[in-house]
Amino acid sequence: MSKPQIRPATGAQFSRILGVGGYRPVRVIPNAEVLEWIDSSDEWIRTRSGIAERRWAGPEETVAEMSVQAAGKAIAQAGIAPDQIGGVIVATVSHLKQTPAIATEIAERLGCGTAPAFDISAACAGFGYGLGLADGMIRSGSAEYVLVIGVERLSDLTDQSDRSTAFIFGDGAGAAIVGPSDTPGIGKVIWGSDGSQKDVISQTQAWDTAFAKADAVNGVGDETKWPALRMEGQSVFRWAVWEMAKVAQQALDAAGITADQLGAFIPHQANMRITDAMIKALKLPDSVPVARDISETGNTSAASIPLAMERMLESGEARSGDLALIIGFGAGLVYAAAVVTLP
Amino acid sequence: MAKDKDEVLAGLAEIVNEIAGIPAEDVELDKSFTDDLDVDSLSMVEVVVAAEERFDVKIPDDEVKNLKTVGDAVDYILTNAAA
Repeated sequence: MSKPQIRPATGAQFSRILGVGGYRPVRVIPNAEVLEWIDSSDEWIRTRSGIAERRWAGPEETVAEMSVQAAGKAIAQAGIAPDQIGGVIVATVSHLKQTPAIATEIAERLGCGTAPAFDISAACAGFGYGLGLADGMIRSGSAEYVLVIGVERLSDLTDQSDRSTAFIFGDGAGAAIVGPSDTPGIGKVIWGSDGSQKDVISQTQAWDTAFAKADAVNGVGDETKWPALRMEGQSVFRWAVWEMAKVAQQALDAAGITADQLGAFIPHQANMRITDAMIKALKLPDSVPVARDISETGNTSAASIPLAMERMLESGEARSGDLALIIGFGAGLVYAAAVVTLP
Repeated sequence: MAKDKDEVLAGLAEIVNEIAGIPAEDVELDKSFTDDLDVDSLSMVEVVVAAEERFDVKIPDDEVKNLKTVGDAVDYILTNAAA
């Protein structure tokens, strides 16, 4: 009797992004409002970050609600039915209820049947991590279509008294449908991590210590202090510009694309100064349109790349079918870059 | 060949001029980067990275905060640059 052999799964030869959609919360927080919390100035905030305003979610604009709204637009653009989705990946660091994963509720609300659904924690690289997973799932045959969502309510983790971070963060959701393609639409995802720098961007403390300890990290006396995001600006800036420019170049090289062939550069919207310095370090030609969504959206971590992508397509700055270089980088430290065809 | 102080100062002045738009002649040894030259913390990182490349020296993040004046940076470069 011959040894039984497992029938291999077969997937599509290539994948691509078929639709993208975003959700921006209703409430706009201009710099003037931030200045009610911190001793700073509109000019200081603009020159240090390029941010003029950000959106903060209200009580009804939950992680799930914003995700469903963004995903609905991506599904519509892709022209598929929700029940064709064979995987739902939600990248977030600000869904504060760990269990169950928020992805299952989102999948259920969208009508994705029994699709596998899970959350990933890769901070500002979350969308790229999700895209890499989706590409692998589609080409290996575990799913035909995958929904990738980057969503954050960073306002919930913002310390309004910290003048180095209070103005940076925003809320929102961005979603993409990834599906099979006759031609390559997602280049090799160059992703990685550097745990030796785990402390340069992090939550001030874990939830258990926040509730157990009286004099919590940034608290005073017996007060229980809610955790918040902190970062070491100069260290992050150095890594994000010069190390990430190398990663971006690797993504271009792996895809066999040169910078002048790009129709868009869509870096994670961390800080306009990082974007500007990265353009210089990458020697990106002036002809390539660059995402600058941060000025009106702030830093929305995992949501920033799909939100910026949607804006560039809607405004006509970039066109469907153009090649875009995307790169996400953030707390971990973690990063992910790839060349993709715009939907 | 050891670098001399004037040479490092001139090179640094060129870098500061290019990154922060400050006239090179204003970049003097006793000037503070932040208080006198208005080089902000992020521009300072750009200056440091450019200086590392130009002078073949490593300036770790922890050191950057000690470089308050142009003279501090020149001395650090002279002491630590590869001979």
